[in-house]
Amino acid sequence: MRVLAISGSLRRGSNNTALLRALREEAPSGVEIEIWDGLEEIPPYDGDGDLAPGPAKVEAFRSLVREADAVFFATPEYNSSIPGALKNALDWASRPLATNAFRNKPVAVIGSSAGAFGGVWAAAELRKVLGAMGARVTEVEMAVGHAHDKLDDAGRLVDDDVRLELGEALETLLAEASPALVAA
Amino acid sequence: MSTIEQQASGTFAADPVHSHVGFEVPYAVATFSGEVTDFTASLVDGHLEGSAKIESISLKDENLTAHVLSPEFFDAERHPVLTFSGDLARDGDRAKVEGEITLKGITKPATLEGTIVGPTVDHFGATRVGLKLETVVDRTAFDMNWNMPLPSGEPALGNEVTLKADLTLVAQES
Repeated sequence: MRVLAISGSLRRGSNNTALLRALREEAPSGVEIEIWDGLEEIPPYDGDGDLAPGPAKVEAFRSLVREADAVFFATPEYNSSIPGALKNALDWASRPLATNAFRNKPVAVIGSSAGAFGGVWAAAELRKVLGAMGARVTEVEMAVGHAHDKLDDAGRLVDDDVRLELGEALETLLAEASPALVAA
Repeated sequence: MSTIEQQASGTFAADPVHSHVGFEVPYAVATFSGEVTDFTASLVDGHLEGSAKIESISLKDENLTAHVLSPEFFDAERHPVLTFSGDLARDGDRAKVEGEITLKGITKPATLEGTIVGPTVDHFGATRVGLKLETVVDRTAFDMNWNMPLPSGEPALGNEVTLKADLTLVAQES
């Protein structure tokens, strides 16, 4: 099973990307987690350029999503909402809506932030956007507050409770993506 | 009510060209309606069975159809069929079918009520029964919880959905 992991942050020392690296360490046998590093290369969404095929980087992103069995998001919160770059990539991916790459795709969303609330509003809005796109949004709700305190200087997760929660979130997503649930 | 066996025993099947299955739900200031084009229905000695393919929901906009078929509503990928099963009772031209509806993998009791016409012989010699039935279900009981607030704060989409079936049932040769 293949899981595409998407961080909503472009920052080199991103807490969210660090959480995805930790998530990769929690992957059970037979599960491959790929952390997407193409977010920065997605151009601004422009309806005039929304043709078939779309820009090469957009098409590459759409293909990655289509080929994945599930997608796991970790997002920071900017001004109480989804980071612009991430929302922009999803706006591209959502086109055309009726056949978009996220349609029926199992997804999980977690948030983390330097503050106490762990990006809970951004995560909620991201879940709403993914639902509108037709994704299969799981019940996972995980907010990692004071995220910098849970990582060491090398960006490695050192908090056992968060690691446990990550594993549970992944388990929920994998269960949703189980082929046994998909109608013949 | 007397049972249908007294007046329409035997096996009948829906004539899909002369039958309609659909739904209505309050939306903003009006009623939103849709039709399901691929369905089957049978009446066997008073027992009504029906099924409808969710993918065949017909709306006037493909993006809206995509949303309605998505996991936020019917989840057509994992729950491709709606089914109903129940027993028909008749009182004159009134019909009542008490049974169960299964939608999105969830089964709930449902009572369909409406009118019945026939059995009568048509202009080609076939015996037909007309059944016009409807019931109201709470969509949230079937895990369909999507909504958006109007500027007034009221939800845009109602929860009470009317399911409608207008069936022409044709006697099958034994």
